[in-house]
Amino acid sequence: MQQQKIPSLLSLILKTLRRILTVSWLFLIPAFLLLIIFVLYPVGDTIYQSFLAKGNFVGLQNFNYVLFEKAFPLINIPNIQLGAFPMGALIDNLLWIVIHLPLTVFFGLAFAVLLRDVKGGTIIKSIVFLGVVIPMVVGGLLFRFVYDPDAGVVNALLRLIGLGNYARDFTFYPQTALISIILGSVWIWTGFAMIVYSAGLQGIPVELYEAAEIDGASRWKTFWRITVPMLRSTTLVIITLTVLWELKVFDIVYVATLGGPGGASSVMAYDMYLEAFYSNNLGSASAIAVLLTVLTFGFAAYMVNRMSKM
Amino acid sequence: MKVPSILKRLTGRKVTGFTILIHIVAWMIALIWIIPFLGVFFASIRPYSEVQFGWWNINPFHLTFYNFVDAWNGISASNAPLSRALLNSLLVTVPATFLPIFVAALAAYSFARFKSRVKDLLFLVLVLLQTIPQQMVIVPIFTMFSNLHLLNSYVGLILLHTAFGLPWQVLFLRNFFSTLPIDIEEAARVDGASYFKIFRRIVLPLTLPALASLVSLQFVFVWNDFFFALVIITNPAMRLAPQIVPVLQGRLILNWSLLAAGAMLVMIVPVAIYIALQRYYVRGLTAGAVKG
Repeated sequence: MQQQKIPSLLSLILKTLRRILTVSWLFLIPAFLLLIIFVLYPVGDTIYQSFLAKGNFVGLQNFNYVLFEKAFPLINIPNIQLGAFPMGALIDNLLWIVIHLPLTVFFGLAFAVLLRDVKGGTIIKSIVFLGVVIPMVVGGLLFRFVYDPDAGVVNALLRLIGLGNYARDFTFYPQTALISIILGSVWIWTGFAMIVYSAGLQGIPVELYEAAEIDGASRWKTFWRITVPMLRSTTLVIITLTVLWELKVFDIVYVATLGGPGGASSVMAYDMYLEAFYSNNLGSASAIAVLLTVLTFGFAAYMVNRMSKM
Repeated sequence: MKVPSILKRLTGRKVTGFTILIHIVAWMIALIWIIPFLGVFFASIRPYSEVQFGWWNINPFHLTFYNFVDAWNGISASNAPLSRALLNSLLVTVPATFLPIFVAALAAYSFARFKSRVKDLLFLVLVLLQTIPQQMVIVPIFTMFSNLHLLNSYVGLILLHTAFGLPWQVLFLRNFFSTLPIDIEEAARVDGASYFKIFRRIVLPLTLPALASLVSLQFVFVWNDFFFALVIITNPAMRLAPQIVPVLQGRLILNWSLLAAGAMLVMIVPVAIYIALQRYYVRGLTAGAVKG
């Protein structure tokens, strides 16, 4: 009697334990195994490597080197003072944010609001959104084509309006290379902000607009008093994801300018790639990667914290 | 007065000057946004000599498919044919789409149904991992892959894409699972169904729309990825489709027609996926974003 009961109790406990373990924890194992091997360990190793030079611990020396001292530093102070390019890959990323972020957010919101009331708006939205769907190497190539001195639309238009003297391949000149690929990337990324804003617009209760109409509010006033405030959290999400995109940009630079001429349009991700796979300088490459991650991670954490307080 | 009345009959709405204005602006936006695509399209179907000074010059206009044939077959020994690269891309993209979704679904189900303190912490780690740039892992990954002979192998690349896709997919699916009614699952459990059976027979079918979102997004992400492929695949015959774009560009001679045809072939796949699964693609992209 006793002997029979113990094994059955034990097996019951084991069975229950196994059930809980199977589902609750075993389901997590494949995901976290992959994440540990391919993300967490490499992230830790990159941080570790960023403090090493030829196997020796060198403190923050790599960071100082990549930020200020190397041939094309991330922050080129003399050139910044002169207002000349290259100003450094970190500055280029910041310029990217300063120019690209307001333009994409503004166009995204304007297009979403405008196209909501337009017949065929869905088709136009799909056209604008195509830039997000195509590979970014193709996107970069498309606007190189647009800037081509002979075959490109931009220069043809310049010639058409009598500014033919200014016609050139804008990606070839230090003064214009960066700004031209930034503007090209506005063309690529506006669709993202637009599509997210469109989804956000659907979440605004129609009653608010009806009430505003009854009160005789103008379109302009309705837009600023209802649409914009109701889209606040959507805007914060778009800003977060867009800034992350701007910091991580790589493909466009690789295909459109190779960071050139003379590093004038390099960005951190591209600079990191050069340090790692052309200069074989793993310490500096890791230092750039860490700096880039501090920026993406820090910004994301700040924004998430801000959103959670709303 | 006449134009608005025609428009009114066409649109069935009251047409004001404002309505006409926003329609003009809207179609101008469409024109600006489609011009780069038109350029590439017309360059790809015409000989280079005709588009050299602008694809909009329509005199003479000859239709040719030689650009596509050249891009497909590769014009010289140094250029891997795009036919091979497109196949390579499929070989990577298909497993790198379905593997992470399966792994993420298991993890997300666990997060949604069995809560604990430790899991909240793990979940937070997962959310934070979404911000990690590819550059942050590439040096150790390169070393690891070179030791394990995974450079120039699709296995390593597929696993890497799987791991990088997991954070947002688990997050997305956990939110989705949390909205599913738990009653059906509990009824099935009372009937003696195992957890795995419940997961496979009840949860997965209900999750199909969410899975369609994940498939379309992950497929496009992996297909479009350039950086991981660039570092891990260096053997010309094994290169993936996006890697061929800069190769076709050449360094000295720029043949826009050939390049355009290549670009068309590379982007047609994600564009087709987007058109086929548009609703799911957009829903997936905006789901996390709008909720906040």
